[in-house]
Amino acid sequence: MKRVLMQRVGFVLLGLLALVVVLPILLVIGAIVARGAQAINWEFLTAMPRNGMKEGGILPALVGTLLLTLGTAVAAIPVGIGGAIYLSEYARDTWLTRAIRLAIINLAGIPSVVYGLFGLGLFVLFLQFGTSILAGSLTLAIMTMPIIISAAEEALRSVPTEFRTVSASLGGTRWQGVRNIVLPQALPGIITGVILGLLRAAGETAPILFTVAAFFLPRLPQSPLDQTMALPYHLYVISTQVPGMPADVQYGTALVLLALVLSLNLIASVIRSYFRRRREW
Amino acid sequence: MKNKNHLRWSEFLIQTLIRVLGFSSIGFVLLIFLFLLREGIPVFFQVSPTNLFGTRWYPTFDLFGTLPLILGSVLVTVTAIVIAVPLGVTTAVFVREVAPNWAREVLKPMIEVLAGIPSVVLGFFGMTLLAPFVRETLGFPTGLTAFTGALILAYMALPTIISVAEDALDAVPKSYRDAGLAMGATQWQTIWRVVVPGARSGIVTAVMLGMGRAIGETMAVMMVTGNAARMPLSLDSIFRPARTMTATIAAEMGEVAQGSVHYHALFGIGILLFLLTFIINLAAATTIFKKRRRGGLR
Amino acid sequence: MVTDPAPKIRIQDVTYAYDDAAALRNVTLDIPAHAITVLFGPAGGGKTTLLRLINRLNDLVEGTRMSGQILLDNEDIYAPGVSVTDLRRRVGMVFALPLPLPGSVRQNVLYGPRLAGLRDQGRADEILFRSLNQAALWEEVKDRLDDSASALSGGQQQRLCIARSLALEPEVLLLDEPTSGLDPISTAKVEHSLFELKKDYTIVIVPHSVQQAARVADHAAFFLMGELIEHQPEKKLFTAPQKKRTEDYVTGRFG
Ligand SMILES: Nc1ncnc2c1ncn2[C@@H]1O[C@H](COP(=O)(O)OP(=O)(O)OP(=O)(O)O)[C@@H](O)[C@H]1O
Ligand SMILES: [Mg+2]
Repeated sequence: MKRVLMQRVGFVLLGLLALVVVLPILLVIGAIVARGAQAINWEFLTAMPRNGMKEGGILPALVGTLLLTLGTAVAAIPVGIGGAIYLSEYARDTWLTRAIRLAIINLAGIPSVVYGLFGLGLFVLFLQFGTSILAGSLTLAIMTMPIIISAAEEALRSVPTEFRTVSASLGGTRWQGVRNIVLPQALPGIITGVILGLLRAAGETAPILFTVAAFFLPRLPQSPLDQTMALPYHLYVISTQVPGMPADVQYGTALVLLALVLSLNLIASVIRSYFRRRREW
Repeated sequence: MKNKNHLRWSEFLIQTLIRVLGFSSIGFVLLIFLFLLREGIPVFFQVSPTNLFGTRWYPTFDLFGTLPLILGSVLVTVTAIVIAVPLGVTTAVFVREVAPNWAREVLKPMIEVLAGIPSVVLGFFGMTLLAPFVRETLGFPTGLTAFTGALILAYMALPTIISVAEDALDAVPKSYRDAGLAMGATQWQTIWRVVVPGARSGIVTAVMLGMGRAIGETMAVMMVTGNAARMPLSLDSIFRPARTMTATIAAEMGEVAQGSVHYHALFGIGILLFLLTFIINLAAATTIFKKRRRGGLR
Repeated sequence: MVTDPAPKIRIQDVTYAYDDAAALRNVTLDIPAHAITVLFGPAGGGKTTLLRLINRLNDLVEGTRMSGQILLDNEDIYAPGVSVTDLRRRVGMVFALPLPLPGSVRQNVLYGPRLAGLRDQGRADEILFRSLNQAALWEEVKDRLDDSASALSGGQQQRLCIARSLALEPEVLLLDEPTSGLDPISTAKVEHSLFELKKDYTIVIVPHSVQQAARVADHAAFFLMGELIEHQPEKKLFTAPQKKRTEDYVTGRFG
C-alpha cells in the first residue's frame, strides 16, 4: 500500500536525520581522541609549559581547573542543595516561591560571559579579591547553582510523599524527615546533578576569562587569592593567541579537557542507572 | 531524652538557614543585574545615543555603535535555530515515537555527551577542522564565517531542544494517539497530524530555550565566526565573518582599562544580553509553569 | 466494662474543607478511653480526614480551612503553643497501605523513639521486642530484624507499621483501614492484637468493611458525605440503628 510505503520512507528519513545529529558528535570526539592521544604522555600531564607553551606540559592548567572545580563545589553544593530542599520541602505555593523559580530559570539562562562580567564587577573589583581562584570559583559557583538546584529538587520530589507523612506521624519534625529519609533516598539523584553542574563549570571559559585565568603562569597556585591557568582558557589561548603552535599540543590539551568532562559525565550516568535499579520504591 | 528546647532551636535555625538558601537565587539575580547596571550605566551618559546605536564599532576611535554586534548575534542565532529546530524536533520524534530500543539507547547518551562537550572544545574543532572544510567545499576566501558559527551553535542548542521537545511529546496523552490510529491513520500520519501538533506549545518552549542558549554562547562563536564587526546587510553576509555581542565582550574586556568608556560600553552590552535572555527565558517559563500542589494520603 | 466518665478525645463542631467543598461538616463526637471506636461509612465520607485531624497530620496539606475544636484530655490540640511533634507521639497513626520506611525492620520500629532521643541500646531492644510482640509479629521476624522491611509480606509490613506506632507508647492509636490489603488470616491477627491493645490504648479505627466494624466496635460512628449521621456505644449501631440511612448502609442496601 502507498501509505505504508510512505511511512517506511518517512521512518528511514527520521533515522537519517538522527544520524546527522549523531555523526558530527562522533567526528568531534574521534578527531580529538585520534590526534590528541599522540601528544599525551606522562610529561605532558605533569610538566610545566616551556618555550612559549609550545613544549613541556599542561600541569598548571590541569591543576588550576581541578582547584576551580573544587572551589565551585565547596561554594555551590551547600547553597544549591539547601535551595532545592527549600523548594521541595518547605516552600508553599506563593508568589514568592514562583519568583524563586523564575530567578532560577533566569540564572540558568544568563550567558556565561555575563557571569564573567558580574564576577569581575563584584568579586574582582568591588570585593577586591583580584583575579583569583576565589573570584573565579565563586563566579562559577553562581553559574552552577541553578543546575544543582533543579536536579536536586527533582530528586527530592521523586521521593514518595508518604515517607514524609510517616516520619511526621512518628513525631518527626520536618527537618528530621528530610534528613533521615528524604535526603538519603534522593542522594544518588542529587549527586548526579552536582556532577553535571560541576562538569559544566570545569569546561567553561567565559566566566573565568576576567576573574581568574592567567595567560601563562608556569607555577602552581599557592593560595586562593592567586591567579591560575585553567584548561579551557589554555586551549583557547594556544589555539587562537599563539602563532605557530604545534597542533599536537592543541589536540592534546583538548583531549585532556574532553576526557575530564566526559568521565565526569560517565560517572554521573553510572550512579544514576545503578541506583535507579536498586531503589525499593 | 534530648532537651526539648534544644530541639526546637536547632529546628528553627535549620529552617531559617534553608529559607535563606532558598531565597538566595532571587538575591543572585538582583545582584547580577545590580552590578551590570553599576558598571554599565555610565556609558549611556558618556556616549551619545546616535553613536551607541550607530553602525560602527571602533572603540579606539570612540565609535561604540552596537548595531553590527546586535545584528551579528541575531544573524548567527537565527541561522543556528533554523538549522537546529527541524533537526532537533525530528530527532525528538524519532527517539520518542519511532526508534527501536537499541537506537534510543545509543542516541540518548550521545546527546548527553554533546551537551557535556565544553564550548571551547567545539570552538577548537570548528577552527581547525570545520572552517577549512567550509572554505574548501563552498569556495569562500575564509571558513571563519557566521555560517560556520551557526553550525556549531546549532549543535550546541540541540541537546536543549531535543530534551524539551521529547518531554513535550511525552506529555501528549496516549488517547490522542489511539484516536488517530483508530481512525485508520498510519503511525506516520498520526505523528505529524496529531502528536506533534499536540506538543506544539512544548516545542515552542524548546525553541525559545534553544535560542536563549544560542544567543548567550561565547567561546565557540568567538573562535569560528571571524569576528569582523560589520553590518550584515547583504545577502551573502551569512557566508562572511561576523561578530556577536558575547564575542565582543570576551575578546575585548581583557584589554580595556577599568573605568574607561570602552569598559563601561562592554558592560552596557552585558546589560543588553542579560535583558534579552531574561525576556526569552521568561517567555519560555510562562509556558512551563504549572501550579503544583502537594496533598496528603487519601 | 468500666466506661471512663471523661472521654479521651472530644471532637467539637468540627468543619473542615480542602478546597471549597467541605470534607467534614459540624462533626461532634466523644471518643472514650480504653475502647475501640469505629468510624465507618461509604467512600469520601471524611473518615480519613477526621483521623488525620486528630494527630494534626493534615497540617502538611496546604490551603485547608478548619473550624471547631479537638480536645485531647480536655486540652485543645490546635491551641497555639502545642507541640505538634509531642502530640503525634501521643497519638499514633497506621495508614491504609503498609508504608515501611527504607531500611531494616529494626530501623523502622525504632525510628520514632530514636527521633525522640532514645540512645540506650538495652532500652531499644526492649522497645523492639515489646512493640513487635504487641503487633503479633515478633515470632515471624525475630530472625530477620536487620533485613530490609520491604522484603516482608504485605500483612507483615502492615503489622510492622502498627509496631512502629506502638514503639512510641502512644495513648491513642489511629488506624485507617489497616487490614484493607490483607488476607483473612493476617486480618484476624491484627484484629486480635487490637483487642489486646485496647486495655492500654484508646483506639480509633476506620474498618475496611461493615463486618469488621461490627466485629471490633465498642463504640461506632457512621459518616456520610462529611456528616456524622449517628453514633452509639457498643454494637447498637448495628443491631438497633436510629437513623434510616444508617440502617440502609449496615444492612447493605447501599454503599
Ligand atoms: N488531600 C486532599 N486534597 C483535597 N481533597 C481531599 C484530600 N483528601 C481528601 N479529600 C476530599 O475530602 C473528602 C473526604 O475524604 P476522606 O479521604 O476523608 O474520605 P474517607 O471517608 O476516608 O473515604 P474512603 O473510604 O474512600 O477512604 C473527599 O471528597 C475527598 O475527595
Ligand atoms: Mg479513607
